[in-house]
Order: sequence, then C-alpha cells, then structure tokens
Amino acid sequence: MRTLARALLVGAVLLSHAVVAAAADTVTITLPPDHGALPPGPGMEVTQKACQTCHSTDYIAMQPRGGEAQWRAVVTKMIKVFGAPIPDDDARAIVEYLAREYGPSR
Amino acid sequence: MSHQLSRRRFVLGLGAAGAGHLLSRAVAEAAAPDPLLAGRPLVRYPQKTDLILLTSRPPQLETPMTYFDRAITPNEAFFVRYHLFPIPTRVSLDEWRLRVGGHVDRALELSMEDLKTKFRPVALTAVCQCSGNSRGRFSPRVLGGQWGDGAMGNAEWVGARLRDVLEAAGVRQGAVDVTFNGLDAPALPSVPDFVKSLPVARVMDWPDVLIAYRMNGQPLPMLNGFPARLVVPGWYATYWVKNLSDITVTDQPFEKFWMKPAYRIPDNPCGCVEPGTTPARTVPISRMTTRSFIASPASGSRVGAGAPTTLKGIAFDGEYGIRAVEISDDGGRTWRATDLGADLGRYSFREWSARWTPRQRGPHTIMVRAFNSIGESQGLEPLWNPAGYLRNVVEHIDLEVG
Ligand code: HEC
Repeated sequence: MRTLARALLVGAVLLSHAVVAAAADTVTITLPPDHGALPPGPGMEVTQKACQTCHSTDYIAMQPRGGEAQWRAVVTKMIKVFGAPIPDDDARAIVEYLAREYGPSR
Repeated sequence: MSHQLSRRRFVLGLGAAGAGHLLSRAVAEAAAPDPLLAGRPLVRYPQKTDLILLTSRPPQLETPMTYFDRAITPNEAFFVRYHLFPIPTRVSLDEWRLRVGGHVDRALELSMEDLKTKFRPVALTAVCQCSGNSRGRFSPRVLGGQWGDGAMGNAEWVGARLRDVLEAAGVRQGAVDVTFNGLDAPALPSVPDFVKSLPVARVMDWPDVLIAYRMNGQPLPMLNGFPARLVVPGWYATYWVKNLSDITVTDQPFEKFWMKPAYRIPDNPCGCVEPGTTPARTVPISRMTTRSFIASPASGSRVGAGAPTTLKGIAFDGEYGIRAVEISDDGGRTWRATDLGADLGRYSFREWSARWTPRQRGPHTIMVRAFNSIGESQGLEPLWNPAGYLRNVVEHIDLEVG
C-alpha cells in the first residue's frame, strides 16, 4: 500500500515534469505597450522621433531634473557614443525641450 | 534629493524627541510613500507579477520591497534589467545553441540537452543585484537607471559549471578573457552590443560560476534569461548575461563599451570619490558590497505602542557570507543582534528577524546593518561615485507608534 502510493506519487511528479519540459521547449512572450509619453510643448515631436529609436522615452522621464548642461551632455552622449542619427538643429531643439520640460524644479 | 529628504526626516525624528511641532512634521513625512518610487506604475509583464516600471523598451522592472522579508525571491517577482532593445521574445530549444569558441582547441555548439547531460548539474543559491541598485538615492543625483532598492533578488540556480564547459572546449595557451553575449541586440549598428567579460584565469579557478538553466526549480522566465544565463555569484548582475548565446575566449584583453568605459568604479578601496568629482583611475566593477534591509513592516507603517513588533528582512554580501545583522532604534548609538535564518550558502540572502517593542508613542526610526564573515559592514554615511554603483549605506525604516 505504502509502496503503491509512493509509485503513484513518483509517477505524478515525473508526469508533471514532462508537461513542464514540453511546454517550456518554445517560449514566446508579448511585451505590454510602451508606457512612455512626453509632455506636450515645442520640440516634443522632434524629441519623440529622435529619442525612441533605441529605447522608450521613459529613459528620459526617470532621470533627475537638470538644466541645459545636463541635457546637452545626455544628447551629446547619445550622438557621440551610441551613434544616434540626430542633425545639429534637431539636437538644439531637443536640448531646449528637455531643459524646459525636465528642468530644475523650482 | 529624495535621499536628502529622508536623511533630514531621519535627523528630525532623532533630535526632536519632545519638540511637538517638529515631531508632527516628521510624522507627516514618514507616512508618505518613498518619494523616489511615487508615481511609478505597477505593471505586469509576461511570466511576471506586478512590478515597478522603470522603463518599458527595453524592460526594466523593479521588485517591491515587500518581497525581501524572505530569503528566496519568487521568479515572477524577480527584477528585470536589459540594456538594449530588441530583446528576445521567442526562444525555441530546437534552435537555440550555446556556441563556445575563440581561443580554444575545439569550438562547441551545445544544445540544452547537451548542457544538461554532458556536464554535471550544480545547484547554488546566489544573489543577483544590479550594479546600480539604489542609484536613485545618490546625492548629488547621478544619471542612469533611477532604481529604488529592488534591483536585486535571490534564487537557487542550477546549471553547468562554466569551467567544465571551457575545459570541454580546451582553453588554449595565451587566453586572456572570456566574453559572454546574449540574444538581445542593438537597435542600430552604432550601438555597442551588450558583451561582458571575465578574466580566464579567474574563471578557471572559480568552480561556482555557472551557466544556469533552472531558477528556483523552474526554467528561467524569458525576461530573466531563458533558456540560460551566466551566474557569477557574489559579483554584480552586469556579468550575469541573460539569454546566453555565445561564449568566446580571447587572446587579447577585452575592453569593449560595456567593460570600458561602462560599469567601472574608482580604483581605490572604497570605490568612491568626493561627491561630484571624477575618479583619476577606474577598474571594472566586480564583487558586491555588504547590504541589509528591513522589509517588514514597511517604512511609514503604524504599529501599536507597548506591543512587540516583528522586524524582518534580508542581508547579503559579495562572497563571504553574513555573520551578523544588527538593528538600532537610537540613531546608531547602540545596536542589538537579530536572529539569523537558515544559512543557504555564502552567496545567498540571509534572512533575519527581531522582536522590537517600542517604549513610547510617536515616530521611530529603525536602522539595520550587517557584517560579513570577514568583518566588512556598512557605513552611516553613503559613499559616492559618478556612476551610482556599490551603494551600501546603513538603511532605515520610519515607523509611527501609537
Ligand atoms: C542610437 C541609439 C540611441 C538613441 C537614438 C538614443 N539613445 Fe539614449 N541610450 C542609448 C543606450 C544604448 C543607452 C544605455 C541603455 C542602458 O544602459 O539601459 C541610453 C541611455 C539613455 C539615458 C540614461 C542615461 C545614460 O546615459 O545611460 C538617457 C537619459 C537617454 N538615453 C536619453 C536619450 C535621449 C534624450 C535621446 C534623444 C536625443 C536618446 N537617448 C536617444 C541609446 C540611444
């Protein structure tokens, strides 16, 4: 009796493992939508276009607030280090937008 | 900023015993949720439970503090941190292979079956913590992922020893580094692929580095590295390459972007510099510093006066194991021991608990600190470095008694 119960238990464990293994052979996931949304204002569209090629714009929103120097450094890093294809005029507009929308809190 | 706030609140709470108006202000602040995390949505990603959203593309998700009242972090609550987008969203084990090549005698292409059957499986419980965990609390603030304290987790990993796999490939004379690449890829070719490296000599001498294919008894969730990830116990998560696909032995030092200039710390014993300054020399980040947290009750909770409250949390370090966890309710003047939970090995979270009975009503601050087995501990003042790494200041919670 005891042995039978053991055998049943072992069988059940083996079975559940097989099911898990079979189910796990191919794993597919679907990511929820991007939550990032930039606040409206002059320069929003160009920023949106330039800054979500490689990552969502919540990369911007989570940063500490900062003035033009901080945001110029960020935009320059994206261009120089990661090769973000952003023309100079756009970069200027983006820095202005970021320094205004994410500038030092008063 | 948030850190300055909490620090001020802390000092107020201490110095103000008896000064009514100051106390009530401290209470108001203590009752407020963590200002760093306020406004961040809870989101549910595939195979995950509700986690705190940092970024969605690539996904970066933080584990809420409530999960750190126990030693093992559930897979579904384990934090997520990718650098690049796109990330893999479909992996079939029929197609997946782990390629091992470079400066070796025989290049290998291992299926999951190979990995599981040709190499002895090893189980190890180890903490995976992002280098930048708690970066959002740096003062002055620094750019980067603005994590609270939940970019960490502890799991039992099962996998093949990296050393065994490298021995099967036959590391050739003159090998210098071993590099690790995963299935995530840069959006544009100009973005450096996320590739990390470890010194060959170190790895061949360190049997605990694993290529893990099970996490807490299950296959890894996709967002935690399915089907296999590197486990470098005691070292920061930046080395724990997820969705691992390529291991390459090099005969030259590997110094691509994510090894240099990224993920580096000041080359001195504290890994720190004067706040706001730049280190003269840097080295790759490696071993984790000692940390401890109080997860329960949550900071800002109200507890009854005169009745004992159970405090619970975890502590961990880089590789030596936790020897003691202590708490203080008088601003760090006196400390008392806590009870340690089961020892799950020197790389694991160590649970701790303590009974604490408040003597008077009002705001109380409880601090926690840990010691590892070689005496390393935590400071009362935070250390600073420009990348926001290695944070291990003494943590505290604020409780309202009454
Ligand atoms: C060519 C790709 C690319 C583009 C385009 C790009 N970024 Fe980035 N950005 C990156 C990468 C790669 C990282 C590092 C990601 C990580 O570590 O999680 C990053 C990180 C960041 C960070 C975090 C701080 C840091 O330095 O790691 C900020 C802020 C940021 N980007 C802002 C921007 C802004 C603003 C723009 C638009 C001007 C932009 N990015 C466009 C690739 C890009």
